[in-house]
Parts: sequence; C-alpha cells; structure tokens
Amino acid sequence: MKKYVCDVCGWEYDPAKGDPDNGIAPGTAFEDLPEDYVCPVCGVEKDQFSEA
Amino acid sequence: MAKKITDHVTWVGKVDWELKSFHGNELSTHRGSSYNSYLVRGSEKTVLIDTVWQPFDLEFVTRLKQEIDLNEIDAVIMNHNEVDHSGALPELMREIPNTPIYCTKKGEAIIRGHYHPENWNFVNVKTGNTLSLGDTTLTFVEAPMLHWPDTMFTYFSGDGGILFSNDGFGQHYATESLYNDCVDTAELYYEAEKYYANILAPFSAMAVKKINEILAMNLPLTLICPSHGVIWKENPAQIVTQYLTWAQNYQINQVTIVYDTMWNSTRKMAEAIADGIRSERPEFTVKLMNAAKDDKNDITTEVFHSKAVLIGSPTINNGYSYAIAGILEMLCGMKLKQKKAAAFGSYGWSGDAPKLMTEHLAKGGFEIVNEGYRSLWVPDSDELERARQYGCEFAKAL
Repeated sequence: MKKYVCDVCGWEYDPAKGDPDNGIAPGTAFEDLPEDYVCPVCGVEKDQFSEA
Repeated sequence: MAKKITDHVTWVGKVDWELKSFHGNELSTHRGSSYNSYLVRGSEKTVLIDTVWQPFDLEFVTRLKQEIDLNEIDAVIMNHNEVDHSGALPELMREIPNTPIYCTKKGEAIIRGHYHPENWNFVNVKTGNTLSLGDTTLTFVEAPMLHWPDTMFTYFSGDGGILFSNDGFGQHYATESLYNDCVDTAELYYEAEKYYANILAPFSAMAVKKINEILAMNLPLTLICPSHGVIWKENPAQIVTQYLTWAQNYQINQVTIVYDTMWNSTRKMAEAIADGIRSERPEFTVKLMNAAKDDKNDITTEVFHSKAVLIGSPTINNGYSYAIAGILEMLCGMKLKQKKAAAFGSYGWSGDAPKLMTEHLAKGGFEIVNEGYRSLWVPDSDELERARQYGCEFAKAL
C-alpha cells in the first residue's frame, strides 16, 4: 500500500499506521479512506494529497 | 469609535495607520491596515465576531464597553485565531470569562496553544452548524488553509445577507471610510492583490473550491466583511470574481526581471535583456526590480501576475546574493503554476549563480525556459548585444 503526502502541509499518510486518532485503523489504504477524510494537521481534503 | 454598518451590525475594530510591516517583517504594509471586529445584534442574542491585534487589546475592550455592556455579549465568534484577530481575547475574556467562544476544533487548539486558557468555554462548530440570534441566524462554513487550518467563514442571514470572511477578501489598507466605494479603486485593488499574492496564493486550489462551494449555496449577499481593510459594499461579488481569477493562474503580459548587482554588471545585463524582450514582444510590460532595493512584497506581487520572471545575480562565494536568496525563497513558497523562468548573472571566476538559481526555481515549480545566461566581468557592447539577443530568445518562448 502506498504512502500519500498532503501537498499543502507535508503531512504523510502511512497506511500501515492509519490515523487512529481520527478513527482510521492501521492497514487502511489511502484509497479506502472515507470521502470526507481530511488531513489531520491542516484540514484539507483528500484531493490535496499525492503519492509519496 | 464604533461605526454602525447595518440595522444589526456595528464595526468595533481598530484602524492601524502606523502599521508598516506584518507577520514580523515578512509582509510590508505600506498603507497600514485594520483589524475588523463586528458586533452583531439579533432580537435575542448578540455576538462579537473576531477581535483585534494584541497591542490594541485594552483600547479595544475599553471602546467596546462604550458601545455595549460586555455582559450582553452572548457569544464570541472566532473565524481565525492568528494573533491579529485573537490578540484581544485574553483581555476580553478577563471581563466575560464564561461567554462561549465559537470556533472550529482547530481554532480551539490554536487558541489554547497561544493563550493557554484554563477555563474558557469553547463551542466547536463545523460547516452547516448555525447559531440563532432570534430574528436572524449565523451559519458557519469551515475553510481550512484559507489561510490557516482553523479558518472559517460566518454567514449572517439578516440585512440582506452578510459574509464575515475574515482574511479572505481582505487588504492591508487603513481607511476611515469603511467601504470599497469610498476609497481609491487602484489603491484598493493593488492592496487586495498584494494580500492575495503574499498570503493566499499557495492555497489557490482551496480558494477556488471554497468559493464555488459558497456560490452553489446561492445565498443572498449585500456585504462582504473581511477582517482587514474595507468592507465590500458596492457590488460585493466583484472581489469574489476577482479571487476566482487570481486563484486560477492569473497572468498578464508582463515579464518581471528581479536582479541584484554588486558592480553594475548584472544590472547592465538586466537592462539589455529587458530591451531584447521589449523589441521582440512590444505588447509585453517589462519591469526591472532590484531585490536589494525594491520592497520584497511589491516584487512578489509583480511576479504573481507576470507570465515570466528572470532572476539575476552575480556569483558570490560560489553562490548567489543574499537578497536574491530571500526573494527566491518567497517566490517558491507561493507555489505559482504555469510561470516561466530563467536566471542570469555576471561572474569573475566560478560563475555558479545562474545554474543554482535555476535549480531553486525548478524546485519551486517554475517552468524553466533555458539554462540561463552569464557574462564574464563587465559586459562590453558586444556582450550586451548578446544579452539583448538572449532577451529576444527568452521572449520568443512566452
């Protein structure tokens, strides 16, 4: 599974870690994140992420 | 002094004519600024939207007390919590410690991170949440990274519809006149563009999306009340349309040549290159700006609306000059797209500067036109002609 980086603030989504603070279990692929998922650091939406 | 705007809304901010730099020294503010705070009185509830910069906190609270008994304020709405808007919160909350503060979740984190309050009463809001004032309603719209993670807009349903947009649509522009149709239009638009270029440009993708989202709501709108500068009263949609233009790779037929020079060789090159561009593309405006002498934010504003930029520096200690390093950092941070660029400069021995500047520009997302141009020692007339030809070639690529 690929890592993705927020183009706006640089935060990296690592599917192995997920985003447990925001209800995303480890092992969740970026593509499987809910449509309304936002960057936990700066708040922008999924379309502002690109592959690491 | 408080200024009545509509039946429900009164401006209670601070005009700061003396402000000459903002964000420390990152942003010049030649025409001062204002920190706009608004009191909104509904039939049942009264709220305060945003405060002012910390140095004016006591003055702000003192004047606010002349306008209203602070205990009559039912809520404080914080659209964005940078110090120029939240700075008077501690002084205000000392007076009314139990009054709820409405802000986004990120807003609460930022207020906590700045002022470390122990017992302020936060109410986190999301897009679509509302607060009834009795006869009218406030609706909140999150706008993350326009320009901080906490940013939100507040829409007021009364008086024909008012958008409290905080930094969005703002300008660092001190005026006693309040409204856009009471000030010099050229000055206003220069300051609005400078504000967009220097603060919002990196977030253009979010700006387009958010504006379209708000337009789709089809809300009536008679005023846009930003947190800096004038209120958009006469045709408020004009600044929304302008933002959509600015946010989508706005360019006019202009080339900006930004250079630094030690013994005038690079300046002579800049002038010869400018002459080449002018002769090849007479419809283009060419502007020369010395990075060590011109204001850095005026430079970034000129580059913002240019089709292309040329960066010039002599080679010094195997690198480029102090002033050019600073302006390159600023230009790259703006994340401009579809902007063509190249670099040039004089040298005596190693001559690394054009190559290094080109690499920096490429990293910043500029479209590199060619590998650049350099001249050894002081250019003579033949060399200046070659520089002029370089300008012609550069212009042909535009």
